[in-house]
Amino acid sequence: MTTEILGVIATYGITLLLAWPLSRYIVKVFRGERTWSDFMAPLERLFFKISGINPKEEMNWKEHLKALLTINLVWFVYAFFALFFQDKLPLNPDGNPGQSADLAFNTAISFVVNCNLQHYSGETGVTYFTQLFVLAFLQFVSAATGIAALIVVFKAMKEKTTTKLGNFWDIFLKTITRILLPISIVIALIFVFNGMPASYAGKEAIVTMQGDTVNVSHGPVAGFVAIKHLGTNGGGWFGANSAHPLENPNYVTWMTEMVAQVLIPIAMVFALGMFIQRKKFAMVIFGIMTIGMICLLIPSMQQEMAGNPAIAHMGIQQATGAMEGKEVRFGAAATGYWSTVTTIISTGSVCGWHDSTMPMTGMMQLLGMMLNCFYGGCGVGILNYYIFIIIAVFISGLMVGRTPEFMGHKLEAREVKIAAIITLLSPFLILAGTALSSWVLSHHPDANWAVKPSAWLNNPGYHGFSEMLYEYTSANANNGSGFEGLGDGNVFWNVSTGFILILGRFLPIIGPVAIAGLMASKKYIPESAGTLKTDSLTFGAMTFAVIVILTALSYFPALALGPIAEYFSL
Amino acid sequence: MKKYLWPSVKLTLLLVVLLGGLYPLFIAGVAKMAPGKGDGIKVTHNGRVVGYENIAQKFSDDKYFQPRPSTVDYNAAGSGGSNKAAGNPDYLKTVQERIDSFMVHNPDVKKENIPAELVTASASGLDPHLTPAAAYVQVPRVAKLRGIPADKLKQLIDANTQGPLMGLFGLSTVNVLKLNIALDDMK
Repeated sequence: MTTEILGVIATYGITLLLAWPLSRYIVKVFRGERTWSDFMAPLERLFFKISGINPKEEMNWKEHLKALLTINLVWFVYAFFALFFQDKLPLNPDGNPGQSADLAFNTAISFVVNCNLQHYSGETGVTYFTQLFVLAFLQFVSAATGIAALIVVFKAMKEKTTTKLGNFWDIFLKTITRILLPISIVIALIFVFNGMPASYAGKEAIVTMQGDTVNVSHGPVAGFVAIKHLGTNGGGWFGANSAHPLENPNYVTWMTEMVAQVLIPIAMVFALGMFIQRKKFAMVIFGIMTIGMICLLIPSMQQEMAGNPAIAHMGIQQATGAMEGKEVRFGAAATGYWSTVTTIISTGSVCGWHDSTMPMTGMMQLLGMMLNCFYGGCGVGILNYYIFIIIAVFISGLMVGRTPEFMGHKLEAREVKIAAIITLLSPFLILAGTALSSWVLSHHPDANWAVKPSAWLNNPGYHGFSEMLYEYTSANANNGSGFEGLGDGNVFWNVSTGFILILGRFLPIIGPVAIAGLMASKKYIPESAGTLKTDSLTFGAMTFAVIVILTALSYFPALALGPIAEYFSL
Repeated sequence: MKKYLWPSVKLTLLLVVLLGGLYPLFIAGVAKMAPGKGDGIKVTHNGRVVGYENIAQKFSDDKYFQPRPSTVDYNAAGSGGSNKAAGNPDYLKTVQERIDSFMVHNPDVKKENIPAELVTASASGLDPHLTPAAAYVQVPRVAKLRGIPADKLKQLIDANTQGPLMGLFGLSTVNVLKLNIALDDMK
């Protein structure tokens, strides 16, 4: 019991210890200062030369977004066709079939947008070629996309008045060559020395002790799992994700995967303070995010360690907690911690099934994704938080009756409108999606799809509703975890979540970049006694209140129908 | 948009080669020096490979220690859990059946001493471990069927128990496959 909690505390402590130096390094890279990784420069120059890119050409915010969206479109087209025709491509030792059009659509989108909602199982639904050349590739570049968008916002916040915000290609490629690739290599090497597979061999037949023949899936797992976590992607090599004993063999790999997924999100918060030279501003944000995480974490760990009341009722001891859908080598506390972190930072990998966690833990997971800004995914977490800051500045401005200012620029109607649209988008997509699926389920239970709506839900009652709510929440947050009992491998879910994935990814990137770009082009107003201090604790509390109130108002009815009702019925 | 299309296509192709091709090849190369040579760690017994250290296998014979229930029937060609909710009536029926079945096979054990992990399915369906408590509770059955004193079996479990990481972090675990191999090697 104590060692379980110590393990969690140590893991978080290691994350902070590593995030600090990493943030200094990140700032150096994007300021263009000398670093140890300068040996990558010739490779970068070569890539730019072949691609016909001038990395020194300064872009304004619109050009940044055009470049970002164009390359994302290219990735989507490439991924769709590769997945659709994967049975005809090399590196398919297990002879897996090509994906159907709707599944390839969903899978391609899902990996392009850093979500990794997987409506297939890794062992049977993809090949080594698509796992590596499509999915692992997208795990790198989608994370780099989020970070590149954030760096543009950093630059816009830093400058007094400018339209020149650096070069998208330069920021994007350096994110990969200087940050994601080197750290992934280190992580992958830790994995292979702890027994994670890395070779290209196909399934291996084993005759067990009692004489059964079992085919064991493996493959080049280690490199994939490294970037899966470092890039807050979360898509598993195997169907069981990081609960699979070859994808997460022991407690050392558990800690490594856990640190890896939250490392960059925390480092980016520290980097924000250093980059724009407002350390206090960033530390207040870090404090609010950490308090937010703890509010979700404590109930989760407590509920999981206390066990399932229905099983306690049968007269069974649950010294190890609620063990359905968990692994002994991790235990209930560690799995509870993972479930919180993976939902607040949009990784969506799991080391135990969320569908089988206690109702209140499930609610914390849902809230983590609905908020989506406590640390948050690579780059996009702070972009989501940035929107809440804009709303908080606006409301504070109304309260004191002055034109609101942020970072020395006036915040006017256009920026606030954009922020309001982005804030309203999430509840709209999540709740409209859940309403639509509930309607289909109750009015067309026998629709002729691969999985009939009447067979969608793996659990009856309130929890069944939560399964649908979770799927759309996860899609909108680009999280990728699921209440996996849901029968989501059919055209309805593939298409409906596919569209929500696109909107839930790109609008929350376009919005903050546009706001920051518009603000940076305005006249700089020096700070005066009347300026709202955005780096104060009061303003931090104000932002927190905005986040809590908006979330509670948007989602309370849906949560009451799902996890809250389930909790009281258990 | 047009201005960015060709640079995007070319940069994508280069990165596909670097990240999808060279990166995993490099990891696979280094893995040749790691335990299991990058194929996963296998266990041999009497000169024969009997399984992967970390993949649970079926032990239906009562003479062996049994791993946790699996929803994929210990078939490692796939993986997965039940995804059943805490209060699902069908699920609770399954748990009750597991309890009843355990009581039939282990008549010397009182119900309140059955650890929850023995009647709940693991996440991967391939959980290779038991907690020490879940191994101890099977001792009377194995002792009776094999005619080995219970004390000796408890010592065997302790010898095969891996403590928390550095004695501080995580849980104690018992690898079922290794325990059963050690069990067969007794006498």
